[in-house]
Amino acid sequence: MTLPAICRVSGAALPLRGDDVDTDRIIPARFLVSITFEGLGEHAFEDDRKAAKAKGKAHPFDDPRFAGARILLVNRNFGCGSSREHAPQALARGGIKAVVGESFSEIFFGNAVAIGLPCVALPGEAIARLQSLVEGAPKSALALDLEARTLIADGKTLPVSIPENAREAFLSGNWDGTSMLLERFQDVEAVAARLPYVAGF
Amino acid sequence: MAATLFSKVWDLHTVRKLPTGQTQLFVGLHLVHEVTSPQAFEMLRARGWRVPFPSRTVATVDHIIPTTSLARPFADVEAEEMLTSLQQNCRDFGVPLHDLGSLEQGIVHVIGPELGLTQPGMTIACGDSHTSTHGAFGALAFGIGTSQVRDVLASQCLALDPLKVRRLDVTGALAPGVYAKDVILAIIRRLGVKGGVGYAYEYGGEAVSRMSMEERMTLCNMSVEGGARAGYVNPDATTFAYLKGRPAAPSGAAWDRAVAWWASMASDESARYDDRVTLDAGALEPHVTWGINPAQSVGVSGRVPKASDEAPEARAQVAEALDYMGFSGGEPISGTKIDVAFIGSCTNGRLSDLREASRVVKGRKVAPHVRALVVPGSNAVRAAAEKEGLDAIFRDAGFEWRGAGCSMCLAMNPDKLEGRQVCASSSNRNFKGRQGSPTGRTLLMSPAMVAAAALAGEVADVRPMLGGAR
Repeated sequence: MTLPAICRVSGAALPLRGDDVDTDRIIPARFLVSITFEGLGEHAFEDDRKAAKAKGKAHPFDDPRFAGARILLVNRNFGCGSSREHAPQALARGGIKAVVGESFSEIFFGNAVAIGLPCVALPGEAIARLQSLVEGAPKSALALDLEARTLIADGKTLPVSIPENAREAFLSGNWDGTSMLLERFQDVEAVAARLPYVAGF
Repeated sequence: MAATLFSKVWDLHTVRKLPTGQTQLFVGLHLVHEVTSPQAFEMLRARGWRVPFPSRTVATVDHIIPTTSLARPFADVEAEEMLTSLQQNCRDFGVPLHDLGSLEQGIVHVIGPELGLTQPGMTIACGDSHTSTHGAFGALAFGIGTSQVRDVLASQCLALDPLKVRRLDVTGALAPGVYAKDVILAIIRRLGVKGGVGYAYEYGGEAVSRMSMEERMTLCNMSVEGGARAGYVNPDATTFAYLKGRPAAPSGAAWDRAVAWWASMASDESARYDDRVTLDAGALEPHVTWGINPAQSVGVSGRVPKASDEAPEARAQVAEALDYMGFSGGEPISGTKIDVAFIGSCTNGRLSDLREASRVVKGRKVAPHVRALVVPGSNAVRAAAEKEGLDAIFRDAGFEWRGAGCSMCLAMNPDKLEGRQVCASSSNRNFKGRQGSPTGRTLLMSPAMVAAAALAGEVADVRPMLGGAR
């Protein structure tokens, strides 16, 4: 199925510092007790937000300076842990249109691509500079261009990396891949037929 | 040419190279549960797709079910809706379901092996990151998200990039009181929670060869906690002995042909790996986590680290973990007071886990301030344990003996920590809030160590409490 192509994402950014942010933190398991993804957006990082509030601090997701931000700035191994697709769903439904980070967990990355949420990588120092930039000037506009593989911030153009198949999927609007897997179903049946445990030992 | 099990299985299941550059891989066994499948089935309905290989698809219910009473409807309206939805989806799409109350129901990663569904040389997928468990049999098993559950339901295929293979040689022999759980915690401690990104882990060496299938499942289960999407052990005589006679395993003349094929799928002697790491099992002691990710662990005789002793770039993360856990840094991990003891989960909820824990518990009492529960990984594990009288040993000591399910590993059912409780847990994740209270704290360890902590009321070395040989 062809969906809207995703070539560019621009807007304000939201800095979320920390390595190894797991998907239990992005969306706690109690919000998974549902047969739909609806309503997840408002619960992204709910427990971290409450914990920050209890200490008299504003979590970046509650900080009014970052309200309306579309690009999430994260550090290393973002989205590790549980395979719950509810995590990128919660971010996307909360208004995040792209994630820029040093690295991503594999399952999270695949889930994000599958729902049309681009995740691109930058070196750690560049991420740290961007996070500081946005913390100092929250309305700074960032512009991610998947076609050019660049992120423009503060007048500078930074090259971002994204696996080519994911980039191509966003640019073509083919980021929902089931149809592609069904294209040559006779080939699938042929593989099944040659597997002894399917065909019978 | 010499090849790894990974590449043999990968090549055999390759349908084609996709225009995107990824590989279209046939999935030999698709395991389905109530949490990550409802949206996927709904997408199939919306597009008018069917499930083309329902016989390669098996469903059960595990995450949301209560472990006290199975009376319907569940008190949690949404949990009830999830089970109803799974039952309806399985009926509509012809998917076999091991439903509530069945002896074949349990945690999806416990029943797959138990029923003989999980076999060497297969590709396996499930909408759950701990699908890596099934690699214990020499299968390539991938945890996937809901969109990929949709892909597999509709096409029996996944679009994936190949992984590199890291061989982990675990040499020597484990000392009494040290288990597969300690091996995997030590591996993750050494390589980090992102050390395995881009890799499948192949576990081998003397210590792994000696492990039972249940120990190998514990090992492979937590591969994903080290960042590796898949982990496996080459199939051998232990694997075949486990499978023999299981309901879905081949029998008669087909059994011999199956064993020959399974054995042929193991990595060749001279196979080349992208990386190799060696770990001495003989040097390990029981491990306990002190932090908020599974790499943050220490031997039971060790101390919680101080942030100031860490490398500059690691300090903030250690400080965050110490702050959340309520440690000041530098204190011995042994003696850390606990409130709850949880034995169960897809990591350590199998019969041998309960046996080891019962050896510690037998004739002793749970500390008065500790709430202790045992949640068998499946109804079959529960029944087998009861047949051996393990339930009585646990109950006499003051443990609650519960029904099967995921329970307090992730607290999607009513079993949850409260407030800042500290839980000694045989599960797999010590993430913030993981066990159901946003401020709850988890100390991961082996089931025998959880039993020791339950009795002592604090983290304690299980080794002096284990009398006699295993």
